[in-house]
Order: sequence, then structure tokens, then C-alpha cells
Amino acid sequence: MSEQSPDEVVPEVVAPQVMGRHLDRQDGVEKVTGEATYAVEHPVEGDLLHAWLVTSTVARGRVVRVDASAALEHPGVEAVLDHESAPRLADTEDRELAVLQDDRIGFRGQVVALVLATSSEAAREGAALVAVHQDAEAHEAAFAPGSATYAPEEVNAGAETDTVDGDPTAALAAAPVVVDAVYETPHEYNSPMEPHAATALWDGERLTLHDSTQGVHPVRATLAPLLGLEPEQVRVLAPYVGGGFGSKGLPHAPEVAVALAALSVPGRPVRLAVTRQQMFALTGYRTATRSRVRLGAEPDGRLVALRHDAESQTSRIKEFAEQTATAARMMYAAPHRATTHRVAELDVAVPSWMRAPGEMPGMYAHEVAMDELAVATGVDPIDLRVRNEPEVDPETGNPFNDRRLVECLHRGAELFGWAERPEGVRARAEGDWWVGTGVASATYPMLWMPGNGARVRSVEGGRYEVAIGAVDIGTGARTVLLQVASDALGCPPEAIDLLVADSELPFATVAGGSSGTSSWGTAIAAAAQQFRADHGEHPDPGVATTATSGQYADMSGHSLHSFGAVFAETHVHRWTGEVRVERLLGVYSVGRVINPTTARSQLLGGLVMGLSAALHEEGWRDPRFGHTVTQDLATYHVAAHADVRDLRAEWLEEEDHLSTPMGSRGIGEIGIVGTAAAIANATHHATGVRVRSLPVTADHFLDLPALAPEPAGKA
Amino acid sequence: MDVDLTLTVDGAERTVAVDTRTTLLDALRERLGVTNPKKGCDHGQCGSCTVILDGRRHLTCLTLAVAHEGAEVVTAGGLRGADGALHPVQQAFLDHDGFQCGYCTPGQVCSAVGVLDEVRAGHRSHVTEDLEADPELTDDEIRERMSGNLCRCGAYPGILAAVRQAGGAA
Repeated sequence: MSEQSPDEVVPEVVAPQVMGRHLDRQDGVEKVTGEATYAVEHPVEGDLLHAWLVTSTVARGRVVRVDASAALEHPGVEAVLDHESAPRLADTEDRELAVLQDDRIGFRGQVVALVLATSSEAAREGAALVAVHQDAEAHEAAFAPGSATYAPEEVNAGAETDTVDGDPTAALAAAPVVVDAVYETPHEYNSPMEPHAATALWDGERLTLHDSTQGVHPVRATLAPLLGLEPEQVRVLAPYVGGGFGSKGLPHAPEVAVALAALSVPGRPVRLAVTRQQMFALTGYRTATRSRVRLGAEPDGRLVALRHDAESQTSRIKEFAEQTATAARMMYAAPHRATTHRVAELDVAVPSWMRAPGEMPGMYAHEVAMDELAVATGVDPIDLRVRNEPEVDPETGNPFNDRRLVECLHRGAELFGWAERPEGVRARAEGDWWVGTGVASATYPMLWMPGNGARVRSVEGGRYEVAIGAVDIGTGARTVLLQVASDALGCPPEAIDLLVADSELPFATVAGGSSGTSSWGTAIAAAAQQFRADHGEHPDPGVATTATSGQYADMSGHSLHSFGAVFAETHVHRWTGEVRVERLLGVYSVGRVINPTTARSQLLGGLVMGLSAALHEEGWRDPRFGHTVTQDLATYHVAAHADVRDLRAEWLEEEDHLSTPMGSRGIGEIGIVGTAAAIANATHHATGVRVRSLPVTADHFLDLPALAPEPAGKA
Repeated sequence: MDVDLTLTVDGAERTVAVDTRTTLLDALRERLGVTNPKKGCDHGQCGSCTVILDGRRHLTCLTLAVAHEGAEVVTAGGLRGADGALHPVQQAFLDHDGFQCGYCTPGQVCSAVGVLDEVRAGHRSHVTEDLEADPELTDDEIRERMSGNLCRCGAYPGILAAVRQAGGAA
């Protein structure tokens, strides 16, 4: 067998044969039967131990003493680790990941001990029996208007903290029409159905981790140096992952905890399943945001100035600055513009990525403000957006790849029946329900991550093995990457064995930022094309090529973005204020859709999560104690089946060869962007009540009968 | 304290020692290695652990194993036919891509089987318009009856179409 050395290869365009068509989801049978094995479902060899986390009950302070005596007397409990007995980490700079390394408590719900037992029942009971003596210090956990804030050095995804073009202050002062309002989004929790979990085994030389993660290589890259190990000593596998939506994009404290536990019991596998309740403190969340948006416009709706000043909060132990205002930098033409981000530092759990960080809360604020401008100017909301189309990216001055927002708006308007929309508010009623429609734009950047590699090997019988460490968290990556490999190699998908989700395979970046297919697919294209160049069309069995992809995407010459338009019809009950989303439509420009089946599911899933944010999701923190009160699925509401009614996702036919050799862009996140704004705007159209904070709950509409004349009946 | 328990799981008789604190879900997953039912919340809030217990859909996280001596449990794995063929509900989930990550799916599938049985047996629901007539498998009935099974991937439109197909509705 010959093997080429890994070189950076920039692939050529891949001609579509299998791409663009339906291919059955490759792991469907395993999933509908329950035979797919998730992180704590892998059979283990050896004497299994169950781990249970003990967490702090003060928001700030120190652990004085961990009294494990009662726990250790409980049958089945074998060990209790605390900050004095746990193995030492080689690096404790990241305070979220410095688990059990010292006595400091940075937030309520932080890991302060860990119980190992022979059954999960014993581990759980043991955890309840651990007495943690804590010294409480004064803490601050309320994110309120007027909270002290600071300007971070940069915001998430490496974006600039503040930007200014022209003189927005003067332009706003002189603008004939001004919208100036504050929009708020609450703490939101990713809440994938599979709680964060891992099975770890330390055999004395190597740590093997079956993890529930969006990236096996990123977990290895974080854990190995933390544990003082070489990367080769850590193997991470994630064949099936029960959703993530960002919360499994970065390793969090539980992964460190289970690794420490495994190190403490060489040769014994350790399983840790984080409880649903613990997830609300330990696995990241979308911080609440507060956005002051100011739009200055001509009477015809053309923007002359805009400002988006965004505040969010983070943990004092680790900074995460939501990039709430970045979409405002590129969305619409306005000669004078400014954006700022400020962060309040609190004694709270560490926020992190949740589906479309930045764009989701930011576009909610921006697109409701645009709706307010439409009302203020009397311009149709679609026309208003069309009038503010920029010719080039207002932020960079670069041309867009192919900005098709206007086509999305117009196609959506046609499919939705926008032309029949009455102009005024409270113009239509059906029985006891006020009916309204709303629209919002969506956008998401095309992201490509460097460093991805893939290996192509020929095997007996004219078959190929294609390998990359990418993880399918439910996106359909297993299926879509097979389609890419098939077209890149010029052979049917049935002739390819695709290996994924193992850090032993070529390096793959995170399934996040809607960058997975773009980044991994580009690497597979590179490896497949290099394989053909090395070994021809009829390779001997056993020959292989490994390649790392160079940058294909034209990220410096063009501004690469996806766009969409979301339309909602809401019904608001005139007596109870109940809000129902009767129709929701998204029309997207996302490059080539590689698999229409899995793509539609992802876009619909984004719309559902946007609907969920619009109507339900609201994490409540009690600032007196610093904990999340709504820490389960009975109190932190996510959309259930009956909440979702007529739902539709469509896309424009296109191929984007500035972004990827497949002609595709990412689709994982754009579905959630703008959705809550479209719904909020529709409730305004239905009722005349403007809701500027999520979720759009019934109490906002309780005064409706007093505001409104009797509905005239069916419109 | 451990107690011996005999269950029929997916057609096979199994005897297992359980702690009196062991839920039926943990007895299946951790003691018998039957991981087809999933644990999403452990509090009866998500539906991922749904199985067919003695002929009815049931949340296995909300019941203690010791209460079910002699019970018959059918998980999503046990819905396959003798030849391994998929159950019509499972095939319908594949046909309509009624899932993404797959974690809630075995529970959704078991719940759907239960829903179809319940509608056939004439059980009314919160949204049944005419309580005097036999319920029909309308979209609203499916949505309502499937609402105990959360899907964070948001596959509800596919699940709806799948249940509709498996139930023979238009």
C-alpha cells in the first residue's frame, strides 16, 4: 500500500450527479429502531463505573470542605472526587474547564465533586449524600438595564466589537423618520434531546472517550493539553449524537469531569450522563440580549442611518460575547451606521454557542425594527427591504457572492399570498382570533474552516473507503458527504464506505457555524481529486491518498452570505391572548442544496426552533441565588408537536462556486434567523400590539378587547 | 436492595436483578443493555423513553421496574417483524424523514404505534370535536396525541406525515 503525504490541495469544481438529488438518510434504519448507539450506550469491557456530578449551591465563594463520609458508606459508591483528590490538570487557565482543581466557586451549578459508583442509582444517591460546605460571597447575577458593562476586545467568531461609518449621530438627528426602540431576548437553552454524556476509559496510556459532541478533533485538541497528554493519547468517537445546536460545539466541564474520573480509575470504563437539570448550568446557553436599535430614514423608507447597540452578559470566570449586532453591519444599505457590543460580567454559568449566535437575537431586533419603520413610513414591509438593498457589502465594500434576498422575498410573497394582506392592523378576524401576517429577512455568513483533511482508499471489488473525522449530529452529514464523495470520485454512493466521527480519522473541524458540509466537503473533494491524480481511474486495491484542503472559498474577494425570507401568519385569541402560528414559510438562497430531503428537514428544524423562541423559550434566573429556575423541559418550554402547524421551506435553484466546489453553502442555522421577528411582526399586524421582547407571550395581548372594536367576523 | 424481575423484552424473556430504585428505563438500558428507548429528561417531560408496555405506550422513566414483574415490553427495536422487516410506522418515518438526530425517534415511533391503536380503539382526545362519534385520524388529532414526544430537531412535519401514512389517512 502506498500513501501520499498530506498536502494542501485546493479542489476543482465538482460536477453534480448524485449531489442535488434525494439519497436515503444513511443512518435511518438505526435511528427508527433505536439501534443507533449514543454516548453512554456503547457496550464496555471491564467493571463499569457510573459517575454523578455534585454541583455548587452558592453563586460565588469557595468550597471549605467536601464531606464524603456518608456517600462512601452507601452501598455501591466506590469513590468521591473533589478539588483536593481529583487528578491535576496541566492547564487551569480556562476556568470553565478547570474542573475540581481548586476551591473557587464561580457560579451556582458548578461541579464541586463527583461520585463514582457501581450503579447509576448508587451514584445518584451518593451524590445526594455528599455534604459540600461552602463559603458564600456576595454575588451579582442579575442582567438588568443599567448593569455595569464593558467593551470586550472582540466578539464571538472574532468579529469587531464596535464599528462606525460616517456620522450616524448627526444623520439620525436629521432623519425625517426615526425608529428608536429596545428589543430583548431571554436566556435560551440549546436543550438537545440527548443530554451531554460520555463514556471514558483510561488504560494507563490512552484515554478513549465516546462523547456526545459536535467535533471529535476539537474535543481532543482541548482535552489532551488540559490533561497533560499527547494528542495521540486521546481518542474521541461520536458515531451518533442526539443533537447539539451549538451546546456540544465546544467541550464543557462534563467532558473534563469524566476524563478526570477515568484517569482516577485506570482500566475501568466510566459513564457520565449529565442530568437534564444540570445541563442548564454546565453546557452553555444563549445569553439574554438587549438591543437598542435606531433607524433613521427618508419618508420613502430609505435608510440614512442605523445604530445597533447590543448588550449581553457573560460569566465572570469566562468571557463569551454574543455578536448580536454583526448582521446589522451588512444587511441593508445606510450611509451612516454604527454598531457596538457591551457585556456585563456576572457570577453566572458560562454562556456559549446556540444556533446562529449573533444573527438569531440580532436579526430579531433588527427585523422587528424594520417592521416598525414600515409602519412609520407606510411602506409595505417587503418594499421597504427592497428599497434598502445594498449594491455591495456595506461593511467590507466587497461584492456579494450572489445576494438574492429580494428574490427570496418576492418568491415567498407569491407562495404565501402576501398580496392579499390588508394594510392596517386588526384588519382581519376569524371567530375569536385576530389574524395577522408578518415578514422578516434572514441571513447567515458562509463559513469555511481551514485544516480539514480526508483520506481516500481503494478497496477490493472496485470499492472506495472515504474517511474524515466529521460528526453527524442529525444534520445528515453522513448522507451528504457520501454524495459529495460519490461525485468527486465519479462512482456511485453504494461503492463507497464512508468513515466518520473518530479522531483517528483525518482532521475535521466542528459541526458548527453552518460550516460542516462546506469545510468537510471541500476536503473530501480535494482528497478525491488528488487520489485520482495519484492513482487514476482504475487504482489497485489498497492505494490511498490523504489530503488537507486548502482554501477554496473566495473569502477575501467576495462577501459570502446566505439569505432568506420568512413569512408568518399568526392568530391571537382576543380573550386569552394565546398566540398560534398557523402558517410559517421560509424561502432561502443557500447555494446548491446537496440533498433536498435532509436540507428541508434542517431548514424546517430551524424554523421550528425559531417558532419555539418566538412563543415559548425563556430561561428564568433567580438573581438572589444565581440559578436557573426553569431547569427542565416542563418549565423551560420548547415547541411541541401541536405548536407546529402549516410549515414550509423552499429554496431558490442556484450553485455558488465562489463558496465551495460543491456549489453549496451551509444551511444549519439560517432557518432560525428572522423567524421570531416574522412571528412577532405578524402578531403586531394581527393586534396592533408591538412586542419587543421574546417570547411573545399571551399576557401582552390581554388588553386587546378593550383596544379593539368587535371583530367583524371572517374577513 | 436488589430484587429479581422477569420481563418479556422484544419477545424474549429476560430475568434481571434490579435495585428497588431502578426505573423501568434504567432496568432496560443499564441492566439489560436494551438501549433502544432513550433517556432525554428522566422526568416524563420529553417522551424519548416511550415503549409499548403491556400493549399501551408508556414512559419508562416514570415507573419503577419492580412494579412490572411479568410485564411485556416492546421497544422500537422489537417492532421489527420476525424477518427483521421494519414496522409500517418505522418505514413511514423513513419515507418522510421524520427525524434528524434520531434520539427522540424510538420514543416517537412507539408513541405513534400507540396513537394509531388508541384512535382505532375509539379513544377521544382534547381536540376531538365530536365526542359522540368515533375519532378520525385528522392532522390535529395526530399533533395533539403526539405532543408528549418532544423533538428538538423540529421534525414534526415529517412525523405528522409519517403517522398519517402509517394510519392510512389521506
